[in-house]
Amino acid sequence: MMSDNVKNEKVKFEVLSGVVGQETKLQKVFRKVPPMIMLCMAWLLFMFIVAVFWEQFAPFDYEEQDLANRLAVPKIFGGTDTTHFLGTDSLGRDFLSRLIRSIRTSLLVAFCGTIITAILGTALGFVAAHFRGWVDEAIMMMVDFQYSLPFMILALLVIAFFGNNLVFFVFLLGIEGWNKYARMSRGMALSAQNNGYAVAIRQLGASPVRLYTKHILPNVSNILIVELTLNFPAKILAETSLSFLGLGIQPPDTSLGSLLSFGRAYMMTNWWLAVIPGLTIFLTTLSMCLLGDWVRDTIDPTIRK
Amino acid sequence: MHVKYFLVKTLRAFITTFLLVVFVFFVLRITGDPAQAMLPDDATEEDYIEFRQLWGLDKPLMEQFYVYCKNFLHGDFGQSYKDGRDVFEIISQRLPKSVWLMGMSIIFSIVVGLPLGIYAALHRNSFGDRFIMGTAVFGFSMPNFFLGIMFILIFSMKLHWLPSAGSDTWLHLLMPMITIGMTRMGSYARYTRSAMLNVLSKPYIITAKAKGANRNRMVYLHALPNAAIPIVTVIGTSIGHMVGGSVVIENVFAWPGIGRLLVSSVAVRDLPVVQAIVIIMGLAMVLANLLVDFTYGLLDPRIRVTAGDK
Repeated sequence: MMSDNVKNEKVKFEVLSGVVGQETKLQKVFRKVPPMIMLCMAWLLFMFIVAVFWEQFAPFDYEEQDLANRLAVPKIFGGTDTTHFLGTDSLGRDFLSRLIRSIRTSLLVAFCGTIITAILGTALGFVAAHFRGWVDEAIMMMVDFQYSLPFMILALLVIAFFGNNLVFFVFLLGIEGWNKYARMSRGMALSAQNNGYAVAIRQLGASPVRLYTKHILPNVSNILIVELTLNFPAKILAETSLSFLGLGIQPPDTSLGSLLSFGRAYMMTNWWLAVIPGLTIFLTTLSMCLLGDWVRDTIDPTIRK
Repeated sequence: MHVKYFLVKTLRAFITTFLLVVFVFFVLRITGDPAQAMLPDDATEEDYIEFRQLWGLDKPLMEQFYVYCKNFLHGDFGQSYKDGRDVFEIISQRLPKSVWLMGMSIIFSIVVGLPLGIYAALHRNSFGDRFIMGTAVFGFSMPNFFLGIMFILIFSMKLHWLPSAGSDTWLHLLMPMITIGMTRMGSYARYTRSAMLNVLSKPYIITAKAKGANRNRMVYLHALPNAAIPIVTVIGTSIGHMVGGSVVIENVFAWPGIGRLLVSSVAVRDLPVVQAIVIIMGLAMVLANLLVDFTYGLLDPRIRVTAGDK
């Protein structure tokens, strides 16, 4: 493990200082990436491009209905429809366009949710570590409370009482997993406070906000990035689960979860209406999980399990 | 036996339960007038007066909270919007089904996951080990509702082996149980493996090996009890995930439990039912966590001594 660490440091040094030439530098980075991880990255990049340029990719309007051409079977699944690559759904809407729009919605919502959770959780952890005393106690009590109430149940309660719209839903997803960030950032901030650099910066007269955002945050960012990559798939699963139950993303908009839920009714005849959205979710979360595991092992060999 | 450890843990459980009730109480009040939220649209003026009196809504907040807790302790959760039936009655009809499914799913994931983890640890880096670790990642990233739908497509629609909906027989139980269990089974195997590998490299195991101890005896009598603590931790923390997952899975397989009731009640905003189910589920989680803490204390004397002295 130690020699790995040294080797990593050496590579990092060479890359940063430009000792290695342009091409070999890239080669060096890529040689360390296992083929499986390359595949994951490629898939995620593909999903990202689809999500960003969804309007260019979608061949039809995702809301446009054609009731005369419902549940059309496309050519690739042994049908006759050649204009719609993946056929149409129960209202005659182009399924490929709906799939592309869903990828965009699901990824965008999960991405925003992940960012909100990271900021909220980390900030609360820092606040707890900075003020200690009853503030710390109160925040840690909330963390414990969150552990005893599954997010799914909490989300259903809140949706039942307050109703649902897109912005509200994104913030609701932002609650999922905040307790993990809070617990982690609190622990790291507590140990950083006793480090020489934090003491020195404080005595130089820096404000607490500056100390935490400019100095402690960069020092603990490695572990937070790892948590980020593991939280993102959990977000996708939370969003698609709620949308699958019909309580997340609301029509006319569509997400991978609601697409799968609608496709369920036609599984006997048009099985791909359910299977393709499901596979898309699965491949995305799987890629993200594998990538997250790999990043964790690469970024910081000391937290290797 | 350190009584203090168990007392501290029980006290914490009570505090969490209290917080849960406070939380639900305030969520209801943030929405505005609880009477308006909790009564159906066609409620008469008399219904409103009766409701306000029952829950003490004309009294100060602290007294309202007291009445609120008292009603819950009496099992009075109000009446459902949909059919006016007593919420407690509706839930007590459905609860056994959910407890049955949850219990069997947890047992399934432990009974399958633990031996797989032990096998992987004993045959480290073999094909079996790699395969088992692969399924762990698979289980975590597979959306459980998709897995359930795939099961229905294959085993109900194509092969006609298993029923796709209902809860009447053992055959009905099989698919939902495996679907809920699958997502956690892999992570149990993974943690069991790493805990076992950790213990197996300890000097006392090497000594036992050097003395020529029976392999099975060594693994199950010496190594496993010592590897149990991280395994219990993982099982404890994953129960919440499983409860959340079971809500979705009950809907996929039309399982008549409280998870399905919860979702249909949220959809029509049947708030008295939603509120009661959330409190019952939260209570179940608190009890499960308490059980895990007790198991810790029994498994590892060090924990109950240090935590009790705090």
